[in-house]
Amino acid sequence: MLTFTLRRLMLAIPTLLVISLVIFLLVDLAPGSPLSDIPLTVPPDVRQKMIEAMGADQPVFVRYFLWLRQFFWVEPAYLFDSWFGTTWSEGELRILSWQSRSPVFTIIGQRLPQTLTVIGTAYLVGVLIAVPIGIYSAYRQYSWFDQAGTMFAMIGFSVPTFFSGTLLIIIFAVWLGWFPTKYDTQLVVNDWESFLKQVRQMAMPVMTLGLANAAAISRYMRSSMLDNMGMDYVRTARAKGLSERTVVLKHVLRNSLIPVVTVIALGIPAIFGGAIVTENLFGVNGIGAALIGAIQGNDIPMVQTIAFIFAVLIVLFNLIADILYGLLDPRIRYD
Amino acid sequence: MAEPAESVLEVRDLKTVFRTRGGEIHAVNDVSFHLRRGELLGVVGESGSGKSVTMMSLLRLLPMPPAEIRGGQAILNGRDLIAMGDDELRAVRGAKVGFVFQDPMTSLNPVFTLGNQIMEPLIKHLKMSKAQAEARALELLELVGIPGARQRLYQYPHQFSGGMRQRVMIAIALACDPDVLIADEPTTALDVTIQAQILELVKELRQKLGMAIIWITHDLGVIAGIADRVMVMYGGQIVEQAPVRELFANPQHPYTRALLQTIPRITGERETRLKVIEGQPPILTGPLTACPFRARCEYRHDTCDRINPSRRAIDGLPLGQGHDVACHWNAPVAAEAAHA
Repeated sequence: MLTFTLRRLMLAIPTLLVISLVIFLLVDLAPGSPLSDIPLTVPPDVRQKMIEAMGADQPVFVRYFLWLRQFFWVEPAYLFDSWFGTTWSEGELRILSWQSRSPVFTIIGQRLPQTLTVIGTAYLVGVLIAVPIGIYSAYRQYSWFDQAGTMFAMIGFSVPTFFSGTLLIIIFAVWLGWFPTKYDTQLVVNDWESFLKQVRQMAMPVMTLGLANAAAISRYMRSSMLDNMGMDYVRTARAKGLSERTVVLKHVLRNSLIPVVTVIALGIPAIFGGAIVTENLFGVNGIGAALIGAIQGNDIPMVQTIAFIFAVLIVLFNLIADILYGLLDPRIRYD
Repeated sequence: MAEPAESVLEVRDLKTVFRTRGGEIHAVNDVSFHLRRGELLGVVGESGSGKSVTMMSLLRLLPMPPAEIRGGQAILNGRDLIAMGDDELRAVRGAKVGFVFQDPMTSLNPVFTLGNQIMEPLIKHLKMSKAQAEARALELLELVGIPGARQRLYQYPHQFSGGMRQRVMIAIALACDPDVLIADEPTTALDVTIQAQILELVKELRQKLGMAIIWITHDLGVIAGIADRVMVMYGGQIVEQAPVRELFANPQHPYTRALLQTIPRITGERETRLKVIEGQPPILTGPLTACPFRARCEYRHDTCDRINPSRRAIDGLPLGQGHDVACHWNAPVAAEAAHA
């Protein structure tokens, strides 16, 4: 298992280098100029100086290698310095956002917690709802509960978040007044009252996204349970006189979880990517919102860096999914 | 009927129906039989004859729906399995009746160790502690002849061959010292040498433990080697029942005769082609109102189209005690007629 993990990690390096190049070239090819937000009254020679100051006049491969160096050497060195008080990154230029001139990682550091609390909670809620629904739907296939679950999944799949989110705002914020319409990113949770406030403002975005997540995962869970329910070993378990509870929740579930856990693990990078629509709708100032803003402002370093971090996460969680698969299924050994 | 005292299992008029979209399939039609203590009862018939469904109905191991047990009794040690509640029946499964299934490759749970799977019924039925159950599991693995049992306890099914897995299945079925072992084609999925080993093992275990066995198979050769008594099933009913020697020496039902003729012989002329029974087993879409075998029977006459024959003893002994057959055609009479 360790050899497998190491080999996969080594393989990830060329993969990620190719991905980074592709992202860089794509972003570079995209039309638009970093100065498109600058008023037209700014004279051309000043514009030229601004472009030079950002380094945007350099050839694409120079900019690419500089970015690589910043990403893989300067930023880790800076992080190391801030932890251990060393001075490795002194005098080096960090990756700066063209829009705000502040380091991209500082912005990510500010935005990521918002995304993780809201979208991460939504994912967790989605999984916690979906797994029991999937199990029971499969156990009582074609019962009214299963039909209702199918209906729920269909709604979750087909209703876009901008619609379900707006609907929730109208019902719970406008009519009932239970939850605030906007998410307050400045809220600091330090006592019971602020915690409740945080829960209330998270409720609607979590519900909106949780519904969408639960829809997909409950279907996976259901079909995986159904696949296993008809297996011979289930009959053996029953013939041993085990209770239905043990048969379903031990024998069938343990086998059914193998593919579902993989799907859940592969879905985690999407949390970091944030749910752009939902973040916008509820005013959650997360990483999705940051990416959209950067794309609109032609903030190439920002777009490039965030996109690449997503790529790293996807590769990483693919590996984690594979390792989990091996841990859950004794038939799979990577030696 | 057999003396109640010596029967460990007594089944009367068992009826199982599958409800499907296309209508009802009458898979088991008023099957009655008994099993004596320590006896090995062979059940023979081709695929779809209802032999597995009959035995699974006893423990309600069929998916319900679509399966439905319409009636009958199955008295095990004085208690009716069919009338029993689910919880009561669960206390019988694995404890009083052990079940071995056809395909050892898929009958064990791939994600649990064998030790775990053998210990489950011990902990559940005999209320053993984990340590006790483990000691007993080890004993069982040794009993069914698995070498290196101690390490094997912590291995997973995929680390075992088919024959070894079937031994494990037998160990699980015998874990709680059941009165009855039902083996549903336990050697069909195995190759011939392994099959012989499993048969030897079962014979040996029977001597040691003395449980009664119901052995379902479509292999008459296997039956000849191990059974005390044989039931031949066709169309969801018992068409012939006799002690094993009597059945092979003096088959009465045209179906039994045809089955015996399908066995290839090592001796004799090579030129003769192997007999086949022409046609398909019937699809039982309604209650039987005629003999189910009539379409494939060479002795068919008009009675067969009107009346489903009931079992009749041919040796004067009570039904189930000696040799009985469900056929309108009378072999000895026909033989005499042919001579005359």
